[in-house]
Amino acid sequence: MTISKTSLFTRQELIGFIVLAVVIFVLLPLALDNFRLNLFGKYLTYAFVAIGLVLCWGAGGILSLGQGVFFGLGGYCMAMFLKLEASTPENTSIQSTPGIPDFMDWNQLTELPSWWVPFYSLTFSLVAVVIVPVIFAFIIGVAMFRRRVGGVYFAIITQAFAAILTILIIGQQGYTGGVNGITDLRTLKGWDIRTDEAKEVLYYVNGVLLFVVLVIAQFVRKSKLGRILIAMRDQEDRVRFSGYDVAGFKIFIFCLGAAFAGIGGAMFTLQVGFMSPTLVGIVPSIEMVIFCAVGGRLSILGAVYGALLVNWAKTTFSESFPELWLFGLGGLFIAVVMLFPNGLAGVWSEKIMPRIAGLMEGRKPTAKPLVAPSPKEKEAA
Amino acid sequence: MSDTPSSKPPKGFSRRAMMATSAAFGAALFAPKNLLAQSYPTAEVNTTGLAVTDDTVTVGILHSITGTMAISETGSVQAEKLAIKQINDMGGVLGRKIEVIQEDGASDWPTFAEKARKLLVNDKVASVMGCWTSASRKAVLPVFEQHNGFLYYPTFYEGLEQSPNVIYTGQEATQQIIAGLDWVKETKGANTFYLLGSDYIWPRTSNKIARKHIEDFLGGKVVGEEYYPLGHTQFNSVINKIRLRKPDVIYAIVVGGSNVAFYKQLKAAGIDMTAEDPVLLTISVTEDEILGIGGENMEGAYACMKYFQSLDNPNNAAFVKAFKEMWGEDIVIGDVTQAAYLGPWLWKAAVEAAGSFDVDKVREAQIGIELDTAPEGYVKVHENHHLWSKTRVGLAKPDGQYEVVFETAELVEPDPFPEGYQ
Repeated sequence: MTISKTSLFTRQELIGFIVLAVVIFVLLPLALDNFRLNLFGKYLTYAFVAIGLVLCWGAGGILSLGQGVFFGLGGYCMAMFLKLEASTPENTSIQSTPGIPDFMDWNQLTELPSWWVPFYSLTFSLVAVVIVPVIFAFIIGVAMFRRRVGGVYFAIITQAFAAILTILIIGQQGYTGGVNGITDLRTLKGWDIRTDEAKEVLYYVNGVLLFVVLVIAQFVRKSKLGRILIAMRDQEDRVRFSGYDVAGFKIFIFCLGAAFAGIGGAMFTLQVGFMSPTLVGIVPSIEMVIFCAVGGRLSILGAVYGALLVNWAKTTFSESFPELWLFGLGGLFIAVVMLFPNGLAGVWSEKIMPRIAGLMEGRKPTAKPLVAPSPKEKEAA
Repeated sequence: MSDTPSSKPPKGFSRRAMMATSAAFGAALFAPKNLLAQSYPTAEVNTTGLAVTDDTVTVGILHSITGTMAISETGSVQAEKLAIKQINDMGGVLGRKIEVIQEDGASDWPTFAEKARKLLVNDKVASVMGCWTSASRKAVLPVFEQHNGFLYYPTFYEGLEQSPNVIYTGQEATQQIIAGLDWVKETKGANTFYLLGSDYIWPRTSNKIARKHIEDFLGGKVVGEEYYPLGHTQFNSVINKIRLRKPDVIYAIVVGGSNVAFYKQLKAAGIDMTAEDPVLLTISVTEDEILGIGGENMEGAYACMKYFQSLDNPNNAAFVKAFKEMWGEDIVIGDVTQAAYLGPWLWKAAVEAAGSFDVDKVREAQIGIELDTAPEGYVKVHENHHLWSKTRVGLAKPDGQYEVVFETAELVEPDPFPEGYQ
């Protein structure tokens, strides 16, 4: 019992983290060429969102169908910085107003809008990547949770936010790039992000950030906060009657998920080289929930595998069967939900782990069920 | 990967072995295309590691075949596959059959970028026919420029772009707009115009050019200019404004599903386009869109394009016949479909002029390439990577086809960065 109170990881969780680290930092780079590695880097950016969803949805019971909003906000903050850097007067000399992003010129803007100006600063932009989604999440959270809006209603409202932001971005194309998004991003402080070497470096940066986020998520789950979240998910009123400020906890975890998503969005922009409203809307937001569901909504490691598996399947199916791939992907989702309601993580902990445990204790497997599980084993399960 | 059936190399034979035999026993026994391939050794025609073998060359097709854009892009895929099949039936390019790797952009711009990178980096395709929306082109452009790929882009679009890695086989904005406005001024005596469109870069840029031309060159007046979000279906308020301001011309650049609502509501509001009061002139409704709108709702409208299915010339008759043979009798062919059909032919001509598949050499050879077999008639590649082509005006018929009522006497020069219109 004492182990769980003092240390961040159980032995089993530690092994899980190490295995994931080996997969991301050793196996994938060894097995894949640069192009595929960059694709997996892109998939991993969605894992940031999925981890946030595990905390909000799996632990806290807050289903958000609008995480694309935060992913997009983070991505756009990064893209605005990169776009300004790419729009030097020399690069844009063909425009009527050189020195401003090309889409502004096409939309008859003649000077940079004032709210774009701070994005000349990398520091400001990096802070904004996290802070802007958090501020948004905070406003939504205060508005919703203080009024005790929850469950399905909350999910629907987050979806509405995703739709609103998409329409706003598309409608204000002179300021946002509209449907085209912000494209043709080239360098980060003079460092060309389009080269193979840069993509490899970005992949590792992405991996490290992912682990930072994973450790934060693990810490939250292990802390008292994590336990309160689970209590709120299961019996919200009891927690409230016990004197806890339920809304405050919900707002906090929602903001944390938004911050994770924002980091993912910024890494997406860096690795893919542009940002567009198609990543903000309802469809990508729901897809992100699917990554989380496939991986297992209770497991932060499962979420990472879920994001990897679904996106890998998407790419593979669509390369092999361009006309049929959507059916294949649909089939995968149905199969996962029907057969493994707890996702990949559920398959692991319910089917595979007991087998492995059985093999390890192979000498006396029959005796085991008769013995009452020790506290330690209970913890592991 | 989905190959066109005709492009599969014969199984069970080693082509290399056959060629060795042919060298030993006399090449004359073999078809001329083998001779051709031999006279262009792979090592010489492909110095940059593209997917070229002794008897095949691989190109990519990158369009949306799922998602909201699939309905528009399918015609382009069909046209490109037809052109490639015909080229293969003629013996291929430099004696090599064209193989196709098709990827689905899924109406999603990041997917377009991902698939473009896959085609160029993984598959090493010699060229790509693809993209439809400006957004997808903008998404793949950095990929093509970084990996020095070569893209044939079929859609009429807003201009303001001239990439060394793209050949634009559709019209840029001035080619589609100016001659049409001149025509409506001359023949209909139009002086007042109401501009409206869907709210994104192409309609906005096009209307900017249209407004400049109307005000500065035609001495006319723009009495209204409005934009509606993509997918918008409520046009009653703008129709009321149109009735109030009584323009001579409604200049409409509404796209996609919004078209259906717009033209039906126009008709329901009692604006009879066949009476030409006002004249409706559009640059966004091809025969493909009329399928959705319904010919009876579109009757009497004018469209300004470079190609109509009804175009009367021998090239087009053969093209329409072949297209229907391959894809079915009921199919209609719009402006973009024809432009997509030009892509593979222009590439073939450039490769043969260059005697090489290398992108840098093809790019150089591409300038000035003429195609007198184009369904739209004669076209020529301008040094700004766009095509010289004619502008035509068509009158919509109830059967969903256009009757060509005007065409420019000369080819119109492409001008993606028009001076005085910015």
